[in-house]
Amino acid sequence: MQSTDWLQFALFIGLLALITKPLGIYLTQVLDVKGRTWLDPVVGPLERLTYSLMGLDRNKEQGWKQYTLAMLLFSLVGIVFTYLILRYQHLLPLNPQHLPGLSDHLAFNTVVSFTTNTNWQSYGGESTMSYFSQMVALTIHNFTSAAVGISIAAALVRGIARASATTLGNFWVDLVRTTYYLLLPLCFVFALFLVSQGIVQNFKSYDTAKLVEPQTVQVAKMDASNQPVVDAAGKPVMEDKIVSEQTIVQGPMASQIAIKMLGTNGGGYVNANAAHPFENPTPLSNFVQMLSIFSIGSALTYYLGRMVKNQGHGWAVWAAMMLLFICGVLVCAHFEAAGNPIHQALGVSATDGNMEGKEVRFGIFNSSLFATITTAASCGAVNSMHDSFTAIGGLVPLFMIELGEVVIGGVGAGLYGMLVFVVLAVFIAGLMVGRTPEYLGKKIQAYDVKMAMLSLLVLCMSILGFTAWACVSDWGLAGLNNAGPHGFSEILYAYSSATGNNGSAFAGLTANPANGDPHYNVTLGFAMLIGRFLMIIPIMALAGSLVQKKVSPPSAGTFPVSGATFTILLIGTVVLIGALNFLPALALGPVVEHFLTAGGKLF
Amino acid sequence: MKALFSEIRGAIVSTFVFAVVLCGLYPVVVWGVSQVAFKHKADGSLIVDKDGTVRGSSLLGQVFTGEKYFHSRPSAAGAFGYDGANSSGSNLGPTSQKLNDAIKGRIAAYRTTEGLSDKDAVPADAATASASGLDPHISVKNAELQAARVAKARNLSVEKVKELIGASTTKPDLGFLGDAGVNVLKLNLSLDGVK
Repeated sequence: MQSTDWLQFALFIGLLALITKPLGIYLTQVLDVKGRTWLDPVVGPLERLTYSLMGLDRNKEQGWKQYTLAMLLFSLVGIVFTYLILRYQHLLPLNPQHLPGLSDHLAFNTVVSFTTNTNWQSYGGESTMSYFSQMVALTIHNFTSAAVGISIAAALVRGIARASATTLGNFWVDLVRTTYYLLLPLCFVFALFLVSQGIVQNFKSYDTAKLVEPQTVQVAKMDASNQPVVDAAGKPVMEDKIVSEQTIVQGPMASQIAIKMLGTNGGGYVNANAAHPFENPTPLSNFVQMLSIFSIGSALTYYLGRMVKNQGHGWAVWAAMMLLFICGVLVCAHFEAAGNPIHQALGVSATDGNMEGKEVRFGIFNSSLFATITTAASCGAVNSMHDSFTAIGGLVPLFMIELGEVVIGGVGAGLYGMLVFVVLAVFIAGLMVGRTPEYLGKKIQAYDVKMAMLSLLVLCMSILGFTAWACVSDWGLAGLNNAGPHGFSEILYAYSSATGNNGSAFAGLTANPANGDPHYNVTLGFAMLIGRFLMIIPIMALAGSLVQKKVSPPSAGTFPVSGATFTILLIGTVVLIGALNFLPALALGPVVEHFLTAGGKLF
Repeated sequence: MKALFSEIRGAIVSTFVFAVVLCGLYPVVVWGVSQVAFKHKADGSLIVDKDGTVRGSSLLGQVFTGEKYFHSRPSAAGAFGYDGANSSGSNLGPTSQKLNDAIKGRIAAYRTTEGLSDKDAVPADAATASASGLDPHISVKNAELQAARVAKARNLSVEKVKELIGASTTKPDLGFLGDAGVNVLKLNLSLDGVK
């Protein structure tokens, strides 16, 4: 790493630390039904109008079952809404490119993907989605899936903070307030900043540019019935074709990119995602996008500390996340800067690092940093192609996902995922000293630990189970872009990303093949549903159990949940319980590939 | 049962209210403000020549193969590279035979075109495909290695060409964010403008 790289890294962490407190305090206002914010005069009427249309009594709180049911119903309606739009986009307005409706399994995969805050994309945006689909069918989930995540996190935090109670807040109020007071205003300002950097925002059809230097290329000659013409030896006949034009993609991008980053969605407007110059034109836009991915997740740790009246606990959780994150960035950047010895032997400059699948304006460090952030945070936007990373450089994003998306994590999802590890860490600490484990004065009992473990085990089962199935199936192998251990990594990454609700990919994998095979779309869709809802339900049950417990006053034997000891114990729990399950799989993929690269073995 | 219906009503109504606010109002207001404040950028930073023909976007790279032009990076977008409707990287991994062969071919071609020896290292960006396939930049080192060829083909002095490279170089933002790069389309257009 060069000195400017260290400077950028330090600036990133410094700025993140600085915004954590003010944004966290703002969150306590947003997530309180009686909270006051400076946006009340503007947003208040809209908020009240929404409640009255919904017929909602905002002061009525819900227990964990009601809260969860409301969330599931809301998600279900969103799924139906978006599925219909995607299937019938050719009949709907704002489709200047006349793109056809999506197939049933691609529409299923896409709608599940956006509802679960995953934003895995089996398709290329610019060649598949109409402006209406992008702007309405997908953008609505970018907002609401983020708001749902934050709501669930808030409910769990209330479960921890309240004592001898039964209710966890009102889902609808949390959803509406998060969307209107937090996401919408931030996105508005952010989107305008992005346009100032060069991201497009318009409703005109795609432009066509006349190339400065037209190119003559060889293409297969076609006969009248559009079949390739072959010569006597059976080889296709080639003919010259002059390429003199370039399509320039347009559309309402900036408004969608803003929420895609802030809401840790990550679904790109175009196929190349944040690597595309229109989605991420400058290093400055890149820096602010990275910061926006982490901002809300980071602020939620402050919210946690504030709500449980133990700010040290919030910062201890934040510190555990940051330490894991810093390790990830340093390892990834180191191996990407070292480059690929096989290519260097061919004559590629050894000082330039691995530039395959990276953009010049971002270079090695900003690509590695972005890759670690986007996978740590369950965002899934990419500004470089993870598939082309070196073996260990590519292991880092995969590992970040498999930690359970708790290193900052998705908005809300990161916090509730991390709190599961906190409960387990406290439980393990209690076992070690032989006392009944307590978390902030509440006894952690068998039911709580069962729920916590359940939410982790479903992730493990989904990732490893689906990966194993795909590896031994023809449909699984047909989608691969790389052979050898890298091919295995593509499959493992896909199911890790889907289950972790991340959405980034080793993008060589073809999940939506031209022959219409639905296996990948459907299995990835189920992995995403499992990773989202089968994780949330036990977590809400945990919240419902915690909220009823009495708080006993701290004694000499109470294990403190702030400070360095707790942070280290939490990191240990995340690494051992979260990631150890995946070690054998990682050994078969990236680890073995690393040694094969050193030996110059090709596939 | 009544409670369930009221929840369902909440879900349906909120979805439609959100659709209006988040998917209608929000993008349209962003569009309106950006069309007033940043019209050129909001419309794609298009480069338009005197007679109104769009020649490209200053943010998107194009293919160049002639010896009078600086060459962009290899591209995996579309069948012939730099296809604006199919942005993509190669997605080939570190142990890919296909990637290995492609890089080998690009290195040989680059050395021949730029008059380098078999021992000279080739800049990594000249041998590898970008993430988007539309990378508008090449590294400064790569541009400088191409300068002599372009100068000879255009009967310009190498100093003049290097001056134009400097004028088309994007410096790191704020002096330290990101890497410097030479915008190939801007550079080639500025060369075409030199009498």
